[in-house]
Amino acid sequence: MKFFPELKKSFVIALWFMLLTFPVLVIRVNTIENIVVWRWINLAVIGSAAFVLSFLWQLYWRRKSAAAPVSVAQTSALTRRMSDPKFYRPFLIVIAALTLVFPFVASHYQINIMTTALIYVMLGLGLNIEVGLAGLLDLGYVAFYAVGAYSYALLNYHFGLGFWTLLPVGALLAAFFGILVGFPVLRLRGDYLAIVTLAFAEILRLVLENWNAFSFGPSGISNIPRPGFFGIDLTLEQSAVYMYFLLVALCVLTIFVIHRIQHSRIGRAWVALREDELACQAMGIDKTRAKLAAFALGATWAGMAGVLFAAKTTFINPASFTFLESAMILAIVVLGGMGSIVGVIIAALAIILLPEYLRVLGDYRMILFGAALILMMIFRPRGLITPAGKTYEFRCSGKPAAPEKRLP
Amino acid sequence: MNFFWDLLLGGLTRGSIYALIALGYTMVYGILQLINFAHGEIYMLGAFTALIVASILTMQGLTGLPVLILAGLVAVLYASAYGFTVEKIAYKPLRQASRLSPLISAIGMSIFLQNYVMLAQTSDFLPFPNLLPPSDFLDAISVWIGPSDFVIIVTSAVVMIALSLLLKFTKMGRAMRATAQDREMAMLTGVDVNRIISRTFIIGSALAAIGGILIASHVGRINFYIGFNAGIKAFTAAVLGGIGSIPGAMLGGLVLGLAESFGTGYISSDYESVFAFAILILILIFKPDGILGRSSQQKV
Amino acid sequence: MTPLLEVKNLTMAFGGIKALDSVDLHIEPGQIAALIGPNGAGKTTLFNCLTGIYTPTSGDIFLNAPGGKARRLNGLKINAITALGVARTFQNIRLFGGMTVLENVMIGRHPRSSAGILGAIFRPPATRREEQDIVDKSYALLESMGLSESANELASNLPYGAQRRLEIARALATEPRVLLLDEPAAGMNPQETNELEGLLTRLQAAHELSILLIEHDMKLVMNLAENIFVLDYGEEIARGAPQEIRNNPAVIKAYLGEEDDAEAQ
Ligand SMILES: Nc1ncnc2c1ncn2[C@@H]1O[C@H](COP(=O)(O)OP(=O)(O)OP(=O)(O)O)[C@@H](O)[C@H]1O
Ligand SMILES: [Mg+2]
Repeated sequence: MKFFPELKKSFVIALWFMLLTFPVLVIRVNTIENIVVWRWINLAVIGSAAFVLSFLWQLYWRRKSAAAPVSVAQTSALTRRMSDPKFYRPFLIVIAALTLVFPFVASHYQINIMTTALIYVMLGLGLNIEVGLAGLLDLGYVAFYAVGAYSYALLNYHFGLGFWTLLPVGALLAAFFGILVGFPVLRLRGDYLAIVTLAFAEILRLVLENWNAFSFGPSGISNIPRPGFFGIDLTLEQSAVYMYFLLVALCVLTIFVIHRIQHSRIGRAWVALREDELACQAMGIDKTRAKLAAFALGATWAGMAGVLFAAKTTFINPASFTFLESAMILAIVVLGGMGSIVGVIIAALAIILLPEYLRVLGDYRMILFGAALILMMIFRPRGLITPAGKTYEFRCSGKPAAPEKRLP
Repeated sequence: MNFFWDLLLGGLTRGSIYALIALGYTMVYGILQLINFAHGEIYMLGAFTALIVASILTMQGLTGLPVLILAGLVAVLYASAYGFTVEKIAYKPLRQASRLSPLISAIGMSIFLQNYVMLAQTSDFLPFPNLLPPSDFLDAISVWIGPSDFVIIVTSAVVMIALSLLLKFTKMGRAMRATAQDREMAMLTGVDVNRIISRTFIIGSALAAIGGILIASHVGRINFYIGFNAGIKAFTAAVLGGIGSIPGAMLGGLVLGLAESFGTGYISSDYESVFAFAILILILIFKPDGILGRSSQQKV
Repeated sequence: MTPLLEVKNLTMAFGGIKALDSVDLHIEPGQIAALIGPNGAGKTTLFNCLTGIYTPTSGDIFLNAPGGKARRLNGLKINAITALGVARTFQNIRLFGGMTVLENVMIGRHPRSSAGILGAIFRPPATRREEQDIVDKSYALLESMGLSESANELASNLPYGAQRRLEIARALATEPRVLLLDEPAAGMNPQETNELEGLLTRLQAAHELSILLIEHDMKLVMNLAENIFVLDYGEEIARGAPQEIRNNPAVIKAYLGEEDDAEAQ
């Protein structure tokens, strides 16, 4: 029996899981009517599922350890494909065409979902500056998002200012808030930074929830105007399409800006900071300034996304800005492959769109999301796309520029 | 004065629970440098298991101390088993991965466990029976201190002293401290690091379950979401005290509990958690490594 | 002649332990000096004080500009000291492992370039020129270090000796006036060490560099250094030309049982 040890182990694991899940899955007590419901069928389901899954799991690790160890630096097939112009040019054209055609063939509902997904693309790319490039673990990114959304809602409510005025204002206020948070916390090391950013975000959310006079409390702000279109009144469908194209345009702008910054003096400084903070400083980089810049820039994008979110849903309240939201955006960055723009875009679309289209799963959506996060990390811990080092063209010793191919 | 005394007691009660959960965070962090986001869920699972067992026993006609002991024992065992399993599934395969991967995995595990309990049980609040048996002693002191406050403070203190003794004087405790100091060095000197990590999760989970039962029976109701808030607060407490430090976690829990209690009492009852987080930020600004944390100046 | 770098009465205490105890040291412009001493003598600690990683407990560090104006270095931030012209390598290699070899050197150009975020986004001609200049100068440095072949490889994939040379290239990219090398030959085979010797001599000539070298390889030290400082338990026990140091009884005593390189020479 070739698989005998595995089968035996799977059997033990199945028993373990049956025992482990027994109280929660099988027993349900109703303390008011004093009845106990025993759901024995769940035990059978868990037992067989654990058996099969643990068997597959063991096979996977056996095959993996049998295979030659993969060099860490080796880039994935997907990554290599993505950096080959022959592959990505036609690919880009197809994507662009699909993006343009989409709102004219899709339903109102689908356009709205796609618009939401694009907001998360922006958020993912923004947080990617902080976490992916500069290595600053920010667990409270949603705070900047909230600053943007509330800036638009409140300034519009009190002063009647329009979307186009408040888009940059929201971005700037978020950046300002980023610097405000950044100053005291940037001297903290990794995980302290994480918990403090989380604390700031929770403080902001709780203040929004409780300071009724300022933020209208848990009931939030409604009737936020949609962006104007040269003073023309748009129908609901038209304005959804408008919003969609607005986000496409802003996403393209985001990608352009972040791509350029990533491959600049500042972008390199961030990566160096992420790799080795001390060596980075010894190379003459001002740590505090670099970190503040990353924080402010990341926050700018969250602020912008916040304004767009408020304008799209026309209603905001503090419940949209919980820690789960920050976790979701962070998951986008990590699943995408830290520092990779394409990866972040794919991950944002996947994380937002899949659950939407899996609504049939009903209540099981979130539990599957949780499981998917764990599985993704186990089977692809470096994310979908591992960013490859850039190759530069150099002129040297009078020779003409000699682009070198990067070794795989 | 009476008001002050109430707030002080409330703060100590709350703080003891935070400290119990914070110990799990700090121990895991000490060894794996991982923020175990699923730890709050273990606490919630402990409370749920206790509720289920206690309800069944009560329906069988049992009352008093036997219910408390049995339910408590089962809950602690189950929470430990969950902690052990969570580590094996979500963290062990990621030992070699970058720092962020286990963190995401932990967040995923936290979401998973919350929804697991919600789907299998209910999303409503469930009433949690008061497991404290009537006692003349508790009645006698109830003029100064509520019975469950007393039990929480005393139990936590006993548990924490026991943990400190375990870490200080047993072979396993020494191996745990060695692993936290320098994992590679410990491995070289023959410590089975995987086993130590498992045990850390088991002990941390047991402490969280004790906290879960105590607070659930104090507050009187639970739902699937109680782990999140308690988890974040406890982690805050661990950082406040200096993460990785056992006395730090205890102290951090108490400071946090007191800050919340006095903040809500004297300033405003709406901003309970705000006080906790504000204290954290303030302390870290002046002591970047937490109250009892080791200085992070690195050798070069 | 005024020395370029001057250390006066420098003390660095960790808790109760004095890792450096009233150390004096100076380096002349264009000179190669060496800092030697047994393990734990405080050599790396001195470098850490010089580069701002540690703040000395007491004492002064001065960097004298060509015009004659002295800058006090202690208290300055690490990056400010680098910008003033003091660069270093690390005893335990600290490259940016996830970046390419060329990018590692390009990071070193940071204090000698100025493009900001707006420059990065709009890429005006000045920024483009600067960026190309960064690439060209970095590549030239790689060539002079014999690393140009692997310019686009990840730094972490380089063999050990090459990583040490890359650290030197990265430090040189900051255009230092004083270069501090912490055990550059550690882990190199004799042939690599020989090449390193030639390399350092050429560098010093080409860039008019002052070099302070920590090294356990006495042959390398004796061949390169004009002036040697010896530390033991944080105290300076000797200084002078290689000949004097070699026959200094205090130095021999300090090294006895440590290693016999001093006599083997
Ligand atoms: N950050 C620190 N905290 C406490 N002690 C330190 C610190 N840095 C260095 N020391 C101590 O200072 C002393 C000198 O260390 P240092 O690294 O400078 O020695 P070294 O001369 O470079 O030795 P080696 O030849 O082994 O590199 C050692 O006893 C070391 O433990
Ligand atoms: Mg040293």
